[in-house]
Amino acid sequence: MNNTEASQPSKRLQKRYKAEKRFKRYCITALLLAISFLVVFFFSLISKGASAFRQAEILTEIAFHEQSRQMPLAAVNEDLRHLVSRGWLRKVPMMLKENPKLMDTVQTYWVVADAEVDQYLKGKPNKLRPRQKKVIERLKDEGRVKLNFNVYFFLNGDSKMPEIAGIKSALVGTIYVLFLTLIFCFPVGVMTAVYLEEFAPDNRFTQAIEVNINNLAAIPSILYGLLGLAIFINTFHVPRSSALAGGLTLGLMTLPVIIISTRTAIRAVPDSIREAALGVGASRWQMVLHHVLPLSFPGILTGTIIGLAQAMGETAPLLIVGMMAFIPDVPGSLTQAATVLPAQIYTWSSSSLRPFEARTAAAILVLLVVLLLMNALAVFLRQKFQRKW
Amino acid sequence: MTASIKMKTRDLDFYYGDFLALKKISISFVANQVTALIGPSGCGKSTYIRCLNRMNDLIPGVKVEGEIALDECDIYSQEMEVIELRRRVGMVFQKPNPFPKSIYENVAYAPRIHGLARKGSEMDELVEGSLQKAGLWDEVGYRLTHPATSLSGGQQQRLCIARALAMEPEVLLMDEPASALDPIATQKIEELIHELKNRLTIIIVTHNMQQAARVSDSTAFFYMGELVEIDGTDKIFTRPEKKQTEEYITGRFG
Repeated sequence: MNNTEASQPSKRLQKRYKAEKRFKRYCITALLLAISFLVVFFFSLISKGASAFRQAEILTEIAFHEQSRQMPLAAVNEDLRHLVSRGWLRKVPMMLKENPKLMDTVQTYWVVADAEVDQYLKGKPNKLRPRQKKVIERLKDEGRVKLNFNVYFFLNGDSKMPEIAGIKSALVGTIYVLFLTLIFCFPVGVMTAVYLEEFAPDNRFTQAIEVNINNLAAIPSILYGLLGLAIFINTFHVPRSSALAGGLTLGLMTLPVIIISTRTAIRAVPDSIREAALGVGASRWQMVLHHVLPLSFPGILTGTIIGLAQAMGETAPLLIVGMMAFIPDVPGSLTQAATVLPAQIYTWSSSSLRPFEARTAAAILVLLVVLLLMNALAVFLRQKFQRKW
Repeated sequence: MTASIKMKTRDLDFYYGDFLALKKISISFVANQVTALIGPSGCGKSTYIRCLNRMNDLIPGVKVEGEIALDECDIYSQEMEVIELRRRVGMVFQKPNPFPKSIYENVAYAPRIHGLARKGSEMDELVEGSLQKAGLWDEVGYRLTHPATSLSGGQQQRLCIARALAMEPEVLLMDEPASALDPIATQKIEELIHELKNRLTIIIVTHNMQQAARVSDSTAFFYMGELVEIDGTDKIFTRPEKKQTEEYITGRFG
């Protein structure tokens, strides 16, 4: 804006410019505030969670003999007995069962250290006695203790012992639940939307359905949990706590989201395309299948992935159908008891054991990464399909 | 040329809900001729042309009374499937509306769903032939896989004509096909209409009086949902019978 030509810029105009600048400043401040929240959030999560991705391990000899088969603790030297993870030692009888040749031999392993040792090495509060600390310092000098990448966090299920607690069972449970949610609500949602948009007559009945679908999308999610409990568990006797119950319940919750986003995507297809298709003698069904659906597919896909991402972070309805449980083993089928990532995060966050703090933050990071990947996938697919015609 | 009647309506009444949009329209369309429908906006000419391939059926609350016949066969009768009707009576819309697919796919779509040609060389020939008939082959023949939406407006409209021609229709309805185009593209469409006349019967709605005079053999003047006058184009534009017609074509109202 160049005002120099105006010999006497009116006061009013100046005031307007000032107001404009002020408004712009407010907007920038709001944006900076939002960004700073985000930065603080991520910084706090990463600084807390990062340490959980490394795990203390001790190089030690494991003696396989009859006594250690019966009482695994006997497999290690006495001075290390309370420094290595009891959880790890539980594997000793299993290792013997799998490989009987190990009997009466001594093998050297990197053994997961006890959570207190882990805390000590990471410089966090711990309950180690001075004598134990000395042992650790000695091991350190010998290079027999170090922080390795924590594979157990991804390979183990939940445990009461923090050093061997992992997210695998929750991750697998989440995959099962999301898979079920998708195959339940994608076809049902898309077909409902297609019928309402392209075939249904516009009368009181369909209008009532429309209003109700919009309302359903705004219902507190815990009510879907109650609905799932009443329908799937009480009426159809789907096993409680199972991925099936959780998936169907979340499917109910995601259904309105998918219907609404599909209807929006279908409505965005111009009528001229419908006329063109009908004008060359396509039936209504062909018009929908050949033209309307392919054109609205990117929108449908985006809506679906966003709906699934929402379902993935959902905890309340799963609480009601019993998925907020201690699940140490990976569920073997859709009807076995399972848990999901947000539920796992909740369980850990309420634990009184300090080492779980870092694991909670790490699990949140994993959840966030998966969500970001899903959203990136939505963007990628949308771009790809939009170019292809 | 023997004047055989390809399509006709008799006492056609058309309602949008309670509103009577067309009143007792009776027109006979002579085969291999171009009939232009003219009249001021809202006079019902577009509504009328959309009755001829039952495009109005899609609008809720409409009612058609009277007779519409293609080759003496009522288009609402049991023997006439609406899908088959729309194959035999093709339509070109006011705004070019190619499918957002490749040029080839646009032309091949109708023959495929109607089973008019087998996939492969037979379809390739049909696509080429249709594009040639629409005068578009030289411009797009070398880039059939390009998206149809990358063409210019005039080319898109001719592609829409090619798309309609690919299903080998007997009648072609054109609803102001050149109203969204520049004069050169319009001229090309008009030349095309002249050539196509040999193959099929054309019914064209137009706002442009000169266009009606240039392309049509007979002209029908619509006003307020009524057919005021229909006659040879020469006669309508030189010695119209009705005063309303004369006033409209000389630009005194409308």
